[in-house]
Amino acid sequence: MTTQAKTPRVPDEVGVPDPFQYMHPVMKANYGNWDWHERPRPGVLRHVAKSGDVIYTVRAGTQRQMDVFTIRKLCDIGDAYADGHVRFTTRSNIEFMVADEGKVAPLIAALDQAGFPVGGTGASVSMVSHTQGWLHCDIPGTDASGVVKGLMDMLHKEFVQEKMPNRLRITTSCCQINCGGQGDIAVNVQYTKPPKINHDLVANVCERPAVVARCPVAAIRPAMVNGKPSLEVDEKKCVCCGACYPPCPPMQINGADSTKIAVWVGGKHSNARSKPTFHKLAVANLPNNAPHWPEVKEVVRRIVEAYKHDAKHWERMGEWIDRIGWKRFFEMTELAFTKHHLDTWTGARKTMNMSAHLHF
Amino acid sequence: MKDDKDAINEDRKIHPTPLLDELEDGPWPSFVTGIKRLRDEGSEGNKKIMNDLLGQLNHSYENRMGYWKGGTVSVFGYGGGIIPRFSEVASKFPESKEFHTLRVMPPAGFHYSTDILRKLCDIWERHGSGLIAFHGQSGDIMFQGCTTENTQKAFDELNEIGFDLGGAGPALRTAMSCVGHARCEQSCFDEVRAHRTIINSLLDEMHRPALPYKFKFKFSGCANDCVNAIHRADFAVIGTWRDDIKIDQEKVKEHVKEKGRKYTIDTVVSMCPTRAISLNDDDTLEIDNRSCVRCMHCINVMTKALSPGDDRGISIMIGGKRALKIGDLMGIMVVPFMKLETDEDFEKLEEFAQNVVEFFADNALEHERIGETIDRIGLPAFLEALDIEPDPNMVNHPRTSCYVRTDDFDEEAAKWFDRMAAEKAGSTAAE
Repeated sequence: MTTQAKTPRVPDEVGVPDPFQYMHPVMKANYGNWDWHERPRPGVLRHVAKSGDVIYTVRAGTQRQMDVFTIRKLCDIGDAYADGHVRFTTRSNIEFMVADEGKVAPLIAALDQAGFPVGGTGASVSMVSHTQGWLHCDIPGTDASGVVKGLMDMLHKEFVQEKMPNRLRITTSCCQINCGGQGDIAVNVQYTKPPKINHDLVANVCERPAVVARCPVAAIRPAMVNGKPSLEVDEKKCVCCGACYPPCPPMQINGADSTKIAVWVGGKHSNARSKPTFHKLAVANLPNNAPHWPEVKEVVRRIVEAYKHDAKHWERMGEWIDRIGWKRFFEMTELAFTKHHLDTWTGARKTMNMSAHLHF
Repeated sequence: MKDDKDAINEDRKIHPTPLLDELEDGPWPSFVTGIKRLRDEGSEGNKKIMNDLLGQLNHSYENRMGYWKGGTVSVFGYGGGIIPRFSEVASKFPESKEFHTLRVMPPAGFHYSTDILRKLCDIWERHGSGLIAFHGQSGDIMFQGCTTENTQKAFDELNEIGFDLGGAGPALRTAMSCVGHARCEQSCFDEVRAHRTIINSLLDEMHRPALPYKFKFKFSGCANDCVNAIHRADFAVIGTWRDDIKIDQEKVKEHVKEKGRKYTIDTVVSMCPTRAISLNDDDTLEIDNRSCVRCMHCINVMTKALSPGDDRGISIMIGGKRALKIGDLMGIMVVPFMKLETDEDFEKLEEFAQNVVEFFADNALEHERIGETIDRIGLPAFLEALDIEPDPNMVNHPRTSCYVRTDDFDEEAAKWFDRMAAEKAGSTAAE
C-alpha cells in the first residue's frame, strides 16, 4: 500500500474505448452499409447488408448483475457456438452475432441449456431496466434486482415469444429519483411519510443551505433543535419525495413499512407514431413485500394481460390507453382512480381534459 | 475474550440467506445464485466479501432497509468515477464493509470480444468481488464491490488494457450509443464517431468533477431512440433525414400480399401520425414526404420496403432528465438538422457540444440540470447564448400567452426573412 502511495501510476485518459477492435468482422466490414432486417423467430434478428453480407443476432436475457462465472459461461458459449463477439443491449440483454445461419440453432440450444432465455425481440416483454437497490445503493427503498427477478420469472413466456401487441418495456426504480427511467410499466418506490430527522447528526453531516435548496416544495428550513443547529420539515407541505435524503442522510426517508411501491403506465421513449411520453400513475401504496413482492406482481400481471388482450398491433401501452380512455383502463385493470391521480405539480392543468371528449 | 473469538469465527461461517434463497427458483437467471457461486467458488477475496455481502443483503430483505452510506474514494489523478460504499452494519458483516463500485466506460455501442470480457473478469476476480453489471443506467460497466485499498489496483489494470473510468457526481457522465451503423439499416449517422468525438474531447469534465451538476450525452441513430436519449440525456443526438423516405414498391406489394390489405392499412396507413401515407389501388405506397415527421413507424413495420432517405444527419435535443427538482423534462428540439458526414461536420458538432457544456458550467445554479436552467431563463435566452436562431421545429405550436413584449417584432421578422432568403439561395446554388 505504501509503495503504491509513493509511486502512484498516472492514469492514461483513454476515454471511450474504440469498439471496432471488439466488433464482429461482418459488422465492421459493413459499418454504415446495412440494407434491411427481419426476425426469423423470436430472439433472432437477421440483418442483410448492401454488400449482400448477412449477420444473425441471437439475443438472450441475463441477470445484469453477473458473477464472473456467468460471464465466462457466456464467453464459452460465444467461443463454441458463435464467432467470439458479443454486445449488450440497453436493457442488459446479451447478443451473439454469427455470420453462418447453421450456427444459429446450436447457439440457441446452448443458451437454452445454460439457462439464458432467448428472446426480447420485437413485440415481447424485454428485460426490465433497473437500478441497484439494497445491493449497492446508499438511498434505496427496495431491491430492484429482486423485484426484477420476480417480474421476469412471471413474464418469462412473454420474453421468449413475440405475442404482445407491440414491445412492452418495464422499468423498476428503488427511489423516486427513478434511475430506472420511463417505461410502458414503471415499478417505482413511492415514499409515504416525511423524513425522520436525527437532529444529533444533521449539523455535522449535512450542508444545511444545500439541503434547504434541494426541496422542491420549500418545506425544509434551518432550525435549532435541542440546542443544536438542525433542519425541520413542514410536514403539511412535504410531498415525501426523498430529495433531501441523499444530501442529508440523517433525514431518513425510508421506513420498513412507510416505503411503498407505485406502478406507473404509458411511458414511451420512441418517437414512432406518437411523440415520447412520460409514464402516468396507475396505483400507489403497494407494500414493499420482499422477497416476492406479490402485490406488485399481481398489478403488473393485470396490466400486461389487459394490454395484451385489448391493444391493437403496434399500439404501445400509452397509445392503447389513449384510444380506450383512462376510465376503461381502470376498469379493465380493476384499479382505483383517486384524487391522487389528479396532477398538482407545475403544468398540471395541461394534464386535465379541457374538452367535451368523454369515454363511457 | 473466548466468546468474542467464537463470535468472529461464527461470523466467518456462511451466513444463512433464507429470503434470498427464494430468488433462486424460476426460469430467469438468478443474481443470487451468481453471488453465492462467488461466495463458494470464487477467489479467496471474492469468497470473503461475498459471504458478508449476502449476509447484509439478506438483512436488508428482512428489515426492508438499505445499509450503505457514501464517502470519498478515488484513484490517483481523478476526482470521480468511483462510487464509494461503506456498510452501516459492518460489525455484523465486516468483510464487505467497503463495497465500492468502479464505473467504467464501455466501448461505444457495447461491443465486446469474449477475449476482452475474460480479461475484465480476471481483473475483477483478483481485485474486486467478482460481480459485474453490464450495464448501469448511465451506460457504465459497473464493477461492483471493491475495498478502498484495491480500488487503485483494479483501476490500474483496467486502464492498462484500454478502459477508463466513467462519470459520477457533478460531472460529465458516461454516454451511451445504440448499435447503429454497426448493424442497423435505420441508423442515420456514425454513432461511434459522434460518441467518441464528443466524450473524448470533454474528458476533463468527467474525471475532475466541476460542473454545477451531472451532464449526460446519449446517441440514438434514429427516432426509435433505443438509448432513451430524449428522456434521459441533457444532450440527445438523434439521427434523422431531410429528403424522401426510400420506397421499394415491389417489396411493398410483397408485404401487402403477405400481411393483407386491411392489416397493412390498419398498421401502416392508419398509424401514420401525420396522415402522410396512403395505399394505392395497385398495393403500392404513396408518401407525402413534406408532411412526414420522420417518426420511424412505417419503416419499423416494413423493414424491407422502406428506409430513411439519403440526406441523413442529426437532430439535437437539450434538457432531458427525471423528476429532481422541478419535475420530469424531455429534451427540447434545439438543432432540428445538422449534417454529420465530413470531418468539418464532426468538428462543428464537437464545438457545439463544448459550447453547451460551457454554457451549463457558467450559467446553471448548483444542482441544476441544463433543462432546468432553460426552464428558468426561457428558451430564447438559451438560444441567444448559443447563437441559434429560433425555428418552428422547436415548438408544438407558437406561444398562447399574450404576456410578451413585442416592440422589436419587425426586426426579428426581418432576420427570419433574411434567413429564409439565404437558405433558398443556398439550395438553389447547390442545385
